[in-house]
Amino acid sequence: MKESKTKKRVPNLWDASAFVLVMGLVVFLALGSSQMSIPYTPGESIPLSLNPVYLPFYALRTVVRMVSALIFSLLFTFTYATLATKSSRAEAIMVPLLDILQSVPVLGFLSITVTGFIALFPGNLLGVEMAAIFAIFTSQAWNMAFSFYQSLKIVPKELKEASELFGLSPWKKFWKLEVPYATPNLIWNTMMSVSGGWFFVVASEAITVGKTSVTLPGIGSYVAKALQDKNLSAIGFALLAMLIVILLYNQLLFRPLVTWAEKFKVELSEGENPPSSWVFTLFQRAYYLRRCIQKMSDLSSSLIERAPALPRITLNSWTTTARFRKLQGIIWYALLALSMTSGLWMLISFVIGGVDYSEIINVFMLGLFTLTRVVVLLLLACLIWVPLGILIGLHPRWATTVQPLAQFLAAFPANLLFPVAVFLMVRYHLSPEIWCAPLMILGTQWYILFNVIAGASAIPNDLLEAAKNLGLSGWRLWKYLLLPAIIPSLLTGLVTASGGTWNASIVAEVVSWGSTKLIATGLGSYIAQWSAKGDYPHIVLGIAVMSLYVVLFNRLFWRRLYSISQTRYRLD
Amino acid sequence: MLMENNLLVLKNICKSFKKTGGEEHLVLDKVSLTIREGEIVALLGRSGSGKSTLLRIISGLAQPVSGEVLYNGVAVKGPVKGVAMVFQTFALFPWFTVLENVELGLEAMGIPKTERGRRALAAIDLIGLDGFESAYPKELSGGMRQRVGFARALVVEPTLLLMDEAFSALDVLTAETLRTDLIELWLERRIPTKGILLVSHNIEEAVLLADRIVILGTNPGTILSEIHIPLAHPRDREAPTFRKLVDEVYELMTKRPRNTTSKSEAVPLSYRLPDAPINQLAGLMEALASDLYNGKADLPELADQMGFGVEELFPLLEALEILSLARTEEGDVELTRFGKNFVDADILQRKVIFAELVNRHVALVAHIRHVIDERPGNRAPEERFLRELEDYFSEEEAERVLLVAIEWGRYAEIFAYKEGAGILSLENPGKIDNG
Repeated sequence: MKESKTKKRVPNLWDASAFVLVMGLVVFLALGSSQMSIPYTPGESIPLSLNPVYLPFYALRTVVRMVSALIFSLLFTFTYATLATKSSRAEAIMVPLLDILQSVPVLGFLSITVTGFIALFPGNLLGVEMAAIFAIFTSQAWNMAFSFYQSLKIVPKELKEASELFGLSPWKKFWKLEVPYATPNLIWNTMMSVSGGWFFVVASEAITVGKTSVTLPGIGSYVAKALQDKNLSAIGFALLAMLIVILLYNQLLFRPLVTWAEKFKVELSEGENPPSSWVFTLFQRAYYLRRCIQKMSDLSSSLIERAPALPRITLNSWTTTARFRKLQGIIWYALLALSMTSGLWMLISFVIGGVDYSEIINVFMLGLFTLTRVVVLLLLACLIWVPLGILIGLHPRWATTVQPLAQFLAAFPANLLFPVAVFLMVRYHLSPEIWCAPLMILGTQWYILFNVIAGASAIPNDLLEAAKNLGLSGWRLWKYLLLPAIIPSLLTGLVTASGGTWNASIVAEVVSWGSTKLIATGLGSYIAQWSAKGDYPHIVLGIAVMSLYVVLFNRLFWRRLYSISQTRYRLD
Repeated sequence: MLMENNLLVLKNICKSFKKTGGEEHLVLDKVSLTIREGEIVALLGRSGSGKSTLLRIISGLAQPVSGEVLYNGVAVKGPVKGVAMVFQTFALFPWFTVLENVELGLEAMGIPKTERGRRALAAIDLIGLDGFESAYPKELSGGMRQRVGFARALVVEPTLLLMDEAFSALDVLTAETLRTDLIELWLERRIPTKGILLVSHNIEEAVLLADRIVILGTNPGTILSEIHIPLAHPRDREAPTFRKLVDEVYELMTKRPRNTTSKSEAVPLSYRLPDAPINQLAGLMEALASDLYNGKADLPELADQMGFGVEELFPLLEALEILSLARTEEGDVELTRFGKNFVDADILQRKVIFAELVNRHVALVAHIRHVIDERPGNRAPEERFLRELEDYFSEEEAERVLLVAIEWGRYAEIFAYKEGAGILSLENPGKIDNG
């Protein structure tokens, strides 16, 4: 009966708009990627014009890099996280590894990976492109894989049992149960990761390693050139272009995705304010397009169904004896320990080969400088954004307008704003030791703001009314209700902001305006300066020490606070 | 020839879980059970009787440590075609429509798409979901969702239908309608199902549906007794024969096989303290003391009046028994002298009475107090006691038992507890600073 209705339908206006939208995107991406694999030798400079006419093209190149990195990140997420959940032995090493990778400052690696990728694709620009894509990838993949892993771990038991009982194959179970279940979280995480990614794409488009400087056409390199040429208006145009790009990305990709992901939320009641997206609506109403997609997915699934079923292999069947399994375990962990010690030894001997012992102590001292900056900045950001965030969160109408704005600001690559700050610092002779610091938190403070807003708007109305009823007001209301209530979400924001701030120190502690260079003492500037010289033992030492700081900071400080906040201040 | 009529045979099923120390913790001990064709069997038991575990072993979702499961004479090694299950929490895929949910099992069987659709629609019609094919589970009420659960199980035309507390998440009226509908389908042979096994903690439900009730005892799960329900369908809950059978089941379930707790003795550390919140204990005793019962009540009546299922009622009864606040015998419960004193006392006096009884009858609480007294600073971390309890229980169970002891001890003001830090102490809660 459905069929008879459908036959009369002609492609509607929605179909037309959806078609234009899809084809436009395809053409754009093709155009953007066509220049990716041209012949290129390192050191050769790719002509870059500051004429704003070329900006859309540069922006497109940047976007293509982002899209490719996202695709790689998704592939990585699906394989890595799935593998980690399927074998407890793999899990024992893969999950801590992911945790460490999440806290390693990605930017520091850039100089190392660039050389590697250039060697992989000799005589071709693709090597440099891949290095940039890899930098973005490393800023996204760990986070996404971790979220996916965590979702896979908490797939409801009864859903797993049901799919097992109905005999779904592991492949079907993956696509019908595990991926859908993880989707809402994964999309949210992807959105956050992509926000972070803009920062890295901009940073990775203009890199100098030793004597070779490599420039990829894109918004980041455009800004770098504008800096060199002291061209303020070009910087203005670049900012505008970035603004538009992020807006489009949000409207065309993430809003529709978030709207679509609503259907995968497990809570069995409908939310009050489901998100909406015009693109999503458009595709929903584009009837023919949907039919096409439906037909294609039907075709592929029927092909898969017709394919001869592979024999199901059961790993670790219970026929192996317990002693044998124990032995396997011992061998596995012994191998692991062996490879880890040898890795550590290689690292140490590599660093010692090019660096004095006193240098190591020096680097730890520099780390303290940067640590101080990070801590002070986070505290300052809290002082400003916590009260503001709470005020905004308590007014639903403000929250709905400010929340997306804060998310948008978090996505905006703060390094594009550095030139403005540098200009002012040079102009008014401000000390870089202090005034470079705010740059570090410029892009990451927004995580604090929008998490606080989210926390404050989630305070149950009952509690607010009870507080008023008890006569709590002014400072007492803040002390006894508002501040404790937002602690869990504040911490979530702080952890993200803290990681980002460390990372940003690598680009924020050394800034330049034309030929003037401003340097702040710290681990970030240490890594940046040695990267520019291309001295690997020093770079590795710097990164290793920074990773150590971040990991220890996370383990000893954030994680404890977080678990306390989750037990004491959770509101449910 | 007799074998052919046996749908499912369980022989000496044992199941255990690993405890932290590497020791095995036995949950099912030599359970043997046969389900014949044309039979509805109900498994009744308190929490911890392993009834859900048994169901998972039957369905092939879990493996027994020893023993054999034969389905149609063939050993079960994994999920079997022809066995379907309805879950307590429905277990519907929220991202699939009703139709897609129902089709899922057929798809896994490799049935072509058109055939799938036809059969799924037929099952949806059968269970009374016509018109909701394209709805998502979140748009449906609980009763409708469980109907989807039934349709999804029935569409694969199972020979054996398993139900894991299938009605317990539904409200009373909805559950009753669904039960009636199911029995109707079964009696009129409109489903090809040849046997139904339901796990329940609702005694009336079991008597209403089953031809045979199997009662599982706790710690470890063993079959205590079996009772046949010779009544014809549809059954009348108010009929004297029905009431008599319900009474009988209550009696069987409250019969204690152990003689561990004579009145004055304390239950040892290895005793699984029942989940009995103080407020519910007090509420139950107050109800018992009311004019309606005058201190002594018939269990089915009491359960009905308080709106309790076995799952909630039996732990309370057990706790009252341990603390010698009430005594359960032959399907009746009666307040003791202590119980009456407790009900008559005011808030503070109640604490004193409770403290004395807990100290005397629950070794764990007395032990915790003793340890805290001995330790410098009069504080002890809860891990210390958890480790001790893990000699007897699994990790989870140890945590649960300790929580019960802590709740009772706290109420009785025998010791204080700081949850976040996990510290047990003698400090007066009023004096604890927030460090």
